[in-house]
Amino acid sequence: MSALALKLRNVRKNFGSSSIINGLNLDVIKGERQAIIGPNGAGKSTLFNLISGFYQVSGGTIEMNGHNITNLATFRINRSGLSRSFQVTNIFPQMTVFENIRCGLLWSMGYKYSFWHLCNQVRHLNEKAEEILERIRMTQRRDLPAGLLAYAEQRALEIGITIAGDAEVILLDEPTAGMSMSETERAVELIRDVTENKTLLVVEHDMSVVFDLADRISVLVYGEIIATDLPEKIRQNQEVQEAYLGKETL
Amino acid sequence: MVEYLIFSVLNTLVLGMLLFMLSSGLTLIFSMMGVLNFAHASFYMLGAYFGYQITTVAGFWSALIISPLLVGILGAAVERYGLRTVHKYGHVAELLFTLGLFFIIEEGVNLIWGRNAMPNFIPASLDFPLFTLFNSEFSAFRAFMLLISVAIFIGLYLVLTRTRIGLIIQAALTHPEGVNALGHNVPAVFMMVFGGGSALAGLAGVIGGIFLITEPSMALTLGPIVFVVIVVGGMGSLTGAFVASLLLAGLQTFAVGLEYSLVDLLGIIGVTVNADGILRDIWRIQLSHIGPILPYLFMVLMLMFRPKGLLGKREN
Amino acid sequence: MKYLIRHLGIWAVAIALCAILPVIFSSDYAISLLSQMGIAIIFSLSYNMILGQGGMLSFGHAVYFGIGGFLAMHGINLIAGGTLPIPLELAPLIGGLGGLIVGILFGWLSTERSGTTFALISLGIGELIAASALLLPGFFGGEEGVSTDRMVENTITPFDFGQQIEVYYLIACWMLLCIVLMYLQTKTPLGRVANAVRDNPERAAFIGYNTRMVRTIQFALASFFSGIAGGLFAINYEIITAEMIGAIPSANVLMMTYIGGIGHFFGPIIGAVLVTFMQLTLSGFTHAWQLYFGLLFVSMILWAPTGLAGIIMNHEPAWKAGLMKKLIPSYTRATLAALVMFLGIMTLIEINYHLSLSIHPKDPMSLFGISFKAQSPAGWIIAIALIAVGFFFFKRGKNEVKNSWMDVHQAIKTGGK
Ligand SMILES: Nc1ncnc2c1ncn2[C@@H]1O[C@H](COP(=O)(O)OP(=O)(O)OP(=O)(O)O)[C@@H](O)[C@H]1O
Ligand SMILES: [Mg+2]
Repeated sequence: MSALALKLRNVRKNFGSSSIINGLNLDVIKGERQAIIGPNGAGKSTLFNLISGFYQVSGGTIEMNGHNITNLATFRINRSGLSRSFQVTNIFPQMTVFENIRCGLLWSMGYKYSFWHLCNQVRHLNEKAEEILERIRMTQRRDLPAGLLAYAEQRALEIGITIAGDAEVILLDEPTAGMSMSETERAVELIRDVTENKTLLVVEHDMSVVFDLADRISVLVYGEIIATDLPEKIRQNQEVQEAYLGKETL
Repeated sequence: MVEYLIFSVLNTLVLGMLLFMLSSGLTLIFSMMGVLNFAHASFYMLGAYFGYQITTVAGFWSALIISPLLVGILGAAVERYGLRTVHKYGHVAELLFTLGLFFIIEEGVNLIWGRNAMPNFIPASLDFPLFTLFNSEFSAFRAFMLLISVAIFIGLYLVLTRTRIGLIIQAALTHPEGVNALGHNVPAVFMMVFGGGSALAGLAGVIGGIFLITEPSMALTLGPIVFVVIVVGGMGSLTGAFVASLLLAGLQTFAVGLEYSLVDLLGIIGVTVNADGILRDIWRIQLSHIGPILPYLFMVLMLMFRPKGLLGKREN
Repeated sequence: MKYLIRHLGIWAVAIALCAILPVIFSSDYAISLLSQMGIAIIFSLSYNMILGQGGMLSFGHAVYFGIGGFLAMHGINLIAGGTLPIPLELAPLIGGLGGLIVGILFGWLSTERSGTTFALISLGIGELIAASALLLPGFFGGEEGVSTDRMVENTITPFDFGQQIEVYYLIACWMLLCIVLMYLQTKTPLGRVANAVRDNPERAAFIGYNTRMVRTIQFALASFFSGIAGGLFAINYEIITAEMIGAIPSANVLMMTYIGGIGHFFGPIIGAVLVTFMQLTLSGFTHAWQLYFGLLFVSMILWAPTGLAGIIMNHEPAWKAGLMKKLIPSYTRATLAALVMFLGIMTLIEINYHLSLSIHPKDPMSLFGISFKAQSPAGWIIAIALIAVGFFFFKRGKNEVKNSWMDVHQAIKTGGK
């Protein structure tokens, strides 16, 4: 049994009287890329919000690397090594692309609440930011306000911010949604590149992306994981076929 | 003691209902439009001054009707030509716009009526003691105030529960985004609510101006208190505003009568302290002097620990 | 290196300006005006650390100014008595530290949420402190306030602060220092993250930041500078009353910062200079200055929400392209029309003030050296005519401005390609 990056046990979430996540169990192995698929409204984003501390769970426990992170404040979960992107692009629109990335770096590089360093004077901070810009291929856009970027570029920038803090566990919520074929291809390549040696949990509707990227796939239906397995096995799984994949052409 | 209690309760009712007349409009505006209207108390002041002016020309009863109408029209105009313009710049700009309006109205009042308080005459038809209890009189004017406020309260309740516009307003209170989707003419509804709220403030001004005082600083004195009321009562809740109005009125009425200091209180339970040294001021504060700060203390604590307010349905 | 020279250049100019201004404008009046401007600049820049940088709309910033002022005042009295062994020049620091400590406390209590909740808490705290001021006469001095004599033994400069000019130079030094520090603060990790929290608190939490902590520290630092401004106020006036903590000065700093422009670092400086100037000069010759001030504020919100700094910065591209001269004619016409209109409004206001506030409304009043009876219809007619004419030409001018502005931008766009 390999070490688990994430371990969810019997997690529940209700909004008022409607129960969205019903006793969900999920294991994410350290270093793997796992995809979560499921129909619209199954609770995938809600699950991400629970793991990242954005919502409080109504019951159950969430562990990361053996530590209980259930209902911790978002920033604490982030500091202990988990980072995420959002389904709806979530960046700092008024800042430049470079500033966006640099902000993502500040905490993890130890600058925290410092008001005695000048950002521009800290060489390795800026070098690291440039390096990430290079990796997400945005060097040319460096000084543009992020809000003015094209949609696909904003998504790439968000991935850049997400990985900037050097978290071990990365959660991406539909990173390629709304992209064209070629943009999607580039995004997948980028994701593969930046999650090298990390643990990735990704929600995705595009099956080609899922099968391209994932080591394992979990299927989430009505707030429960009904199967977790290798991609080929999921493709053949009867229950999954019925619950979800039947509608898609695989 | 019984006398003190009865009269305090009566005065609480009178003041509380006055506060409610002011805060009900403000709550509606705040919850529906998200605008914390600093000029609301200014409309109250305008109501008082218009009331005074009309009374001198045409008598109190005309003033009671015309003044709120004028203020209401003014309020609607402010919404239509001012707030709607700044709306696109966001809530901060809207809020600051009303703050600027507050200053302009205060100075405008100075400009027209001068800096002194207006002579304060109770209409002759109401200027007699209604009843006398333990040698203290309860004036007919106070009773009349109470009557009007209760009438307004009932009227407001009927409008909100029985009319179409009332139902739209209620829907907007809890789900402001949803109303757009229903296809109602939202800007027109906003203008009506703003105008209506201002008219209520104007009415409160006509009677409050006589009951309390009509002077240029009356908006600054009452404005913060009304904010406290809507915060304590809670966003989107008229019942909350009602309860909070009475609560605050009670707080102010009762605290005035208590001439005890902390030292005295501790003395009652048998503790004597040396009321000198650095904390001298704190030991010697009289409860009656704490009255003015209690509302704000209440508001700050409420915002920190229960930002929904007493009966609020949602946070902003 | 070039960068350094360009930036040091600005500071050198600023220092030179501070040194020279009192030589050019050497009347007592001018120097006390300059001193007040210096204090207002620190105060309003510190306010913008909260509003512009941190996105928190505070209605109680004068609390920290006032507490700083009172603490410095007591500090100066201790210095004078010899109990406190620090020189007078450092007394503002007492105010700053006081502001800082109170700022940490109230900042933490009020910054869990931003937006309206924060605004209301700041209002509540402001009213709370202002109301308790009268309960604690030991510290706040009751109705009369606390006063001092700044001419103490213990100074590090050769000044004895008997003259206003000496006080001015002390204020100028503190002001320059504070401006530099506040400017640099915007470049620090905290300063950048404060922007991030302002724009998108949710995302900021996912890059590891406790948004409440960010806001609190930003708030506390702003309170520190605000306290320094309060300390300088104490030295400048030698008296401070509880009014200085109240809602009016809080609203005042908000308005002057907003008029200057909250989106640029230098905006509040412009606002502070302009508003202080207006307050002092206007209040000298008209009772209605608050009304003019209110009208200016509301017009800015309606038509120029980015403030004066925003207007200036909007013209940067045109300036760089050398196209300003194309804008100037239409601007001039519109401004002239606006002035005519304003003249009419002003005449009306002044006539009414004379009627309602002066002791002898029957006496003739004088405006721009012309004296006339407020009751005579001539004044009214002229005023209304001015407004009408001004309004007509202003409307036309506004369209002209719009057109020339679009022309210029077209030119910049095509020129760039
Ligand atoms: N804050 C909330 N309050 C109430 N209901 C919510 C909230 N967030 C999500 N829901 C509900 O929970 C259900 C699951 O939503 P969620 O966003 O998790 O779905 P999803 O699987 O991510 O769907 P999609 O594929 O469309 O992104 C939906 O029915 C949604 O309406
Ligand atoms: Mg989703």
